[in-house]
Amino acid sequence: MRSIRTLEELEASGELRTSSKLEKILKMGHLAVTSECGPPRGSDPKAVTEKAALIKDHVDAINTTDNQTAVTRMCSLAACIHVKQMGLEPVLQMVTRDRNRIALQSDLLGAASFNINTMLCLSGDHQSFGDCKQGQNVHDLDSMQLIQTVRRMRDEGKFLGGDDIKRPPKIFVGAAANPFADPFEIRVPRLAKKVACGAEFIQTQCIYNLDKFEEWMRRVRERGLHEKVFIMAGMTPMKSAGMAKYMKNRVPGMDVPDEVIKRIAGVPKEKQAQEGIDICVESIQRLKEVEGVSGFHIMAIEWEEKVPEIVERSGLYPRPKV
Amino acid sequence: MIIASKKPIEEIIQEVKDYKRLLILGCNECVTVCEAGGKKEVEVLASALRMHFIKEGNEKKIDEKTLERQCDHEYLEEIRGIVDNYDAILSLACGVGVQFTAEKYHSTPLIPGVNTCFLGANEQRGMWTERCQACGSCILARTGGICPISRCAKRVMNGPCGGSSKGKCEINKELDCAWQLIVDRLRDLGRLDDYEIVAPIKDWSTERAGGPRKVVREDVQV
Repeated sequence: MRSIRTLEELEASGELRTSSKLEKILKMGHLAVTSECGPPRGSDPKAVTEKAALIKDHVDAINTTDNQTAVTRMCSLAACIHVKQMGLEPVLQMVTRDRNRIALQSDLLGAASFNINTMLCLSGDHQSFGDCKQGQNVHDLDSMQLIQTVRRMRDEGKFLGGDDIKRPPKIFVGAAANPFADPFEIRVPRLAKKVACGAEFIQTQCIYNLDKFEEWMRRVRERGLHEKVFIMAGMTPMKSAGMAKYMKNRVPGMDVPDEVIKRIAGVPKEKQAQEGIDICVESIQRLKEVEGVSGFHIMAIEWEEKVPEIVERSGLYPRPKV
Repeated sequence: MIIASKKPIEEIIQEVKDYKRLLILGCNECVTVCEAGGKKEVEVLASALRMHFIKEGNEKKIDEKTLERQCDHEYLEEIRGIVDNYDAILSLACGVGVQFTAEKYHSTPLIPGVNTCFLGANEQRGMWTERCQACGSCILARTGGICPISRCAKRVMNGPCGGSSKGKCEINKELDCAWQLIVDRLRDLGRLDDYEIVAPIKDWSTERAGGPRKVVREDVQV
């Protein structure tokens, strides 16, 4: 059984570093639930707020992606502000591909000025996947160095250049982990590096190969990393056998076992989406029992309306109030 | 060495078509080794241009010369006596040689005949691959002798990223993942524990970001 602390107990413990709702829920001992909201390829805020409204009661925080797959979109920070203004909790995704250390630090201050207090540090897909193949990439910092930067700004109140920050950004810092990419032998050491850099929570790549994920978690526990960082398992429901095949063959670093494809392909086309949701729910139910899994990050890409069903059927509803 | 590739002949024709007297100037260093701008390539290009312009009824004087180096005052002096015989120089040296020649012969138009690509090695006959981006602050001692700056598409200092698959990079299945190579080499050297040392935030002021660079060696200056 998970031991749950009340918010009062947590606050009294002095363990909270920020006012992040995600930090509170994770540190209280609940299984946290996050989802994501991809900003639009245009300037209409409704594209963000309508998606957020679909999932708001079923998740603790909402990631806003940062020009995902290197396709130009509304900026992640603006999308976060729209989410925040709805009274919800955004998770600011920041990639190191498009901005140098001046811009990254500046955006962190901008985010903190809106009391955006949770973020995820990423390197970002290569621009050759996106709509600006001829553009430069920046990578002044890498994702680990961005984690270090945020922690330094928050904990030491210092810019990278060494100057003091007036009202340092109080941001709960997350990172991504891909348990399935190669080389597998350094996947846990790589997580250890991110923890050493100061990552406080992890959202993983989409998990379809549960056995391999559990093996990764076993190695994570062997090193005690699950006690140093909250690991949220990434889940993406498949809409069709076609999507499953695409994920297997085309998306870098994705591990989709043949059984999963067979299972979805084994039902009539009109029932494949439901099968995909069922697989997702069953996976969450199985992974809830894995020691060291602290929550779920449900990335229902352009399928946000299914998040409530997944959360409810997985036994993760209602969400705790903090 | 500096790796260059030949410019398309159409582009060269476009640039030189209005000059009557042309000197094609090769370089006997890197561009000779990578077969883009040495004596042989000068000959081939000169013949092709002569034929093209004769066919067009626009015959030109096209001469050939290959210097030991175009990035050195001493060798560039060799053409001082003849440079005024030409309306333009088509240089097959790297970007360094082209510019140094232009600086030396201020009133003569200079046209590059190659694209300067990268610092690389001759991996096999007819194939050259990148190894260095001249960042000015070498970290190879810490990365198993394999450079993530020049060989990782995201120049990730603490890699590999999530796009490493079966030893290859997400952007191209034929491209080795630099971090797979680094991990493999650290393992073979018995130094895999070093993988967990976090690479510090890099000082990029010694690379392009810091502006044009200069190396001064007072001990060898005259």
